[in-house]
Amino acid sequence: MNYEFDWSSIPGALPFLWEGMKVSLEITVTAVIVGIVWGTLLALMRLGTIKPLAWFAAGYVNLFRAIPLVMVLLWFFLIVPQLLKGFLNLDPNTDVRLTSAMVGFALFESAYYSEIIRAGIQSVPKGQVSAASALGMTYAQAMRLVVLPQAFRNMVPLLLTQAIVLFQDTSLVYVSALADFFGAAYKVGDRDGRLVELLLFAGAVYFVLCFSLSQVVRRLQKRMATV
Amino acid sequence: MSYNWNWSIFSSPVPTGETTYLGWMLAGLQTTVALSLSAWVIALLLGSLMGVLRTVPHKGLSRFAGAYVEVFRNIPLLVQLFIWYFVLPELLPFGLGDAFKQKLNPVTQQFVAAMVCLAFFTSARVCEQVRSGIDALPRGQKNAGLALGFTLGQTYRHVLLPMAFRLIVPPLTSEFLNIFKNSAVCSTIGLLELAAQGRQLVDYTAQPYESFIAVTVLYLLINVVVMSLMRVVEARTRVPGYIGGK
Repeated sequence: MNYEFDWSSIPGALPFLWEGMKVSLEITVTAVIVGIVWGTLLALMRLGTIKPLAWFAAGYVNLFRAIPLVMVLLWFFLIVPQLLKGFLNLDPNTDVRLTSAMVGFALFESAYYSEIIRAGIQSVPKGQVSAASALGMTYAQAMRLVVLPQAFRNMVPLLLTQAIVLFQDTSLVYVSALADFFGAAYKVGDRDGRLVELLLFAGAVYFVLCFSLSQVVRRLQKRMATV
Repeated sequence: MSYNWNWSIFSSPVPTGETTYLGWMLAGLQTTVALSLSAWVIALLLGSLMGVLRTVPHKGLSRFAGAYVEVFRNIPLLVQLFIWYFVLPELLPFGLGDAFKQKLNPVTQQFVAAMVCLAFFTSARVCEQVRSGIDALPRGQKNAGLALGFTLGQTYRHVLLPMAFRLIVPPLTSEFLNIFKNSAVCSTIGLLELAAQGRQLVDYTAQPYESFIAVTVLYLLINVVVMSLMRVVEARTRVPGYIGGK
């Protein structure tokens, strides 16, 4: 091994890398929130009695789960800017890559969240729904007040695990040259000719963050299992 | 917004003239399939080995396999790929790295790095499935094997693994599907697989919708083919008496 490491370009680049990390986190948080809301609606449609809605939800979920995320992102980087610029009369030079990334991730992840949530809803005993309707609740009330609160409680660990996966996946915005954490690290490494150090640093940061979060999830899972 | 649809673009020749744009697409499809299949074979072997190590009654070995899984699960695939492709050749000892960079042509370099990366990434997931398959078996199976005088290796070989593998066919199916989807990430190091060919087509023809639709349809096709194939395997390997069994 004759490679000589030189880590000196990292300290000076930390503010730039932090800006990138903020982009990664921004995309993750938006996609998690939208993903859970839209995913819940998709799950409800799929489990509901209205056939066309159930078909739509099933088609949506299966489509997004069959296409690589890279392809979905490329689609959104192509379409979203055109739509936004067409409808809002934006200046053609406006940078809408972040918005495109957010929309793409949110719609893509909803498909995965919807499957988790569907399993969660199905894990609530049927008697609960019957009991709710026996008490005079409508379907919507039963879902909102009885089924979903219990389902979500069981799903918290899975939803968090999916969020960790999503956070790792945000590095793929690299395909649009948007400077998220990984993109920033790559740029610095490329500029200083220190790609080896910066890539290893980025890998280490992702590992520490995701590993500690997954340990938290594991602990949460254990604690909830005993209740 | 007016867009000029032109599907005949696929039958027109590429600038260098040796093939059509459809030929490029199919070449990309071929690379995607070859890459995913070769990575899958390695991932299955490596993942099974790690899954066994994870369950053996030896603290050191099972910890090693546990750490292996955590490393490959908690670093994004893209970062892993760049480390395999850009970092490792610099760090390999005995001139192996230089041999990789100088002796192999760039396309082979990209393919090998992508294959190894996908294989290791997926093997960590396979490892977890194999472990859960072995854990799902009643403890008595292993004890019975040992009581009959099998060595630990024989117990795994003849009692635990044949059963565990049949139990984990459905989750392995979804990992198999994932490896095809994950292979699209390898377009980032310049490997001309399906997604990369799609982008190249956009650059050359300025017909983004046709190219992306074609690529998306081909990915859906891969998905359908793999799923129907695995459905046959699942039906053949189902264990009677278990959930999902006959």
